[in-house]
Amino acid sequence: MRVRRGAIEALKGVSCEIHAGEVTGLFGPSGSGKSTLIRAIAGVQANVAGELSVLGRQPGSAAVRRQLGYMTQAPSVYEDLSVAENLRYFAHITGADTGQMLSRTGLQDQAGQLVRDLSGGQRARVSLAAALLGSPGLLLLDEPTVGLDPLLRRELWGLFRELASEGAALVISSHVLDEARHCDRLILLRDGRMIAALTPEELLERTGTDDMDEAFVRLIEN
Amino acid sequence: MGSAGSRTFATGGRVLSQLRHDPRTIVLLLAVPCVLETLLRLIYDRHLLAFDRAGAPLLAIFPLTTVFLVTSVALLRERVSGTLERLLTTPLGRLELLLGYALAFGLLAVLQALVASAVTLGLLGLNVAGPPAMVVLLAVSVALLGMGLGLLASAFARSEFQVVQFMPAIILPQLLLCGLLVPRQLMPAGLHALSDVLPLSYAVDGMHHLTLQSGAGGALWGDVVIVLAFAFGALALGAVTLRRQTP
Repeated sequence: MRVRRGAIEALKGVSCEIHAGEVTGLFGPSGSGKSTLIRAIAGVQANVAGELSVLGRQPGSAAVRRQLGYMTQAPSVYEDLSVAENLRYFAHITGADTGQMLSRTGLQDQAGQLVRDLSGGQRARVSLAAALLGSPGLLLLDEPTVGLDPLLRRELWGLFRELASEGAALVISSHVLDEARHCDRLILLRDGRMIAALTPEELLERTGTDDMDEAFVRLIEN
Repeated sequence: MGSAGSRTFATGGRVLSQLRHDPRTIVLLLAVPCVLETLLRLIYDRHLLAFDRAGAPLLAIFPLTTVFLVTSVALLRERVSGTLERLLTTPLGRLELLLGYALAFGLLAVLQALVASAVTLGLLGLNVAGPPAMVVLLAVSVALLGMGLGLLASAFARSEFQVVQFMPAIILPQLLLCGLLVPRQLMPAGLHALSDVLPLSYAVDGMHHLTLQSGAGGALWGDVVIVLAFAFGALALGAVTLRRQTP
């Protein structure tokens, strides 16, 4: 699969599979094409060439949209609504209910606050909560843990693991390589190219280190 | 799974909630038309016929400017903040999204028209021969037109600065040519022809019909239908700009 964005080729050929019941991590520096790949799978990226099948269908088709949870990189929620109002609206249009989502994302104390009054990390969590509503079969999360405190980050990775064990396919991008340990499978991108698709164990074994950052560097150098 | 209708209503409710958190805007939307009509009444204190002639068309011009502005800014925010991108990955259809907006802003236009007409026809004594309900109907038709034009403008702007600059570009020429300043039939032939293809001309014609003749005549209904046709045309063009896939 390739993606052209204006004059540049943002993805220069990616070939991979994403499995249900697994957490697939998309890693690479900013500008490496992580968001473009996620947007292509979400069906909102124009100029996608090659083959791309999502849940066995055309990306963006009505059947896929009923099973998709998508969190964009910038928090895409309504700033002039409260946290609870945002979740109620997104629950309504996805046919879900808000259930325990506030407490699952650590937002129970902010329910009545307007999103514009929240910190950056809290906004990101509202955006994440909106994507998780209705237990979608495919979750595309673009940098969901950026700017969060370590304790909450660990809790969220626990939550992602739980969702995967319930059968969902998760695609999670991050530029913090240390988080690669939490994934079942890694797709490493650099400069629009896929440089590897493997498990975290394979990555460490192949590069002979137990430091994820170092492993990435060695992979590029070889 | 929510139905198409309930997703439309949820969207309308969400847009109204956003407005509700912004009481200052609501007060401005409702109060400014009343203040301007009062000002006009004071200006024409010795020429009450002139007040009738200018005051009624203004009631159709307010919803065009206000709904144009709120729609263009609201839709621009949806596009820029990523909420539109998110919405287009959910089961919500583009038509449901637009109908939801139309519901919310239509309601806003009804409220504005009720308050402005009550003050203008009641307190300020503007003489309207036709039924006051037609004033509200015309105002709502113009509001839908404002929404369609605002939606289109939001597609061609990248910032709120840019999008508000479309207001003088799109609305002011219509204001100059709509017959408020000079009756359209007295304009040079070229300008008259140009005013014939601008929707606000028909809204103002409709208001003139309302001031002059009692009952809702065929000419008035014709004006309403033409304004609505322009409104749906603009909304349909605007809907095309709500693409799921962007570069």
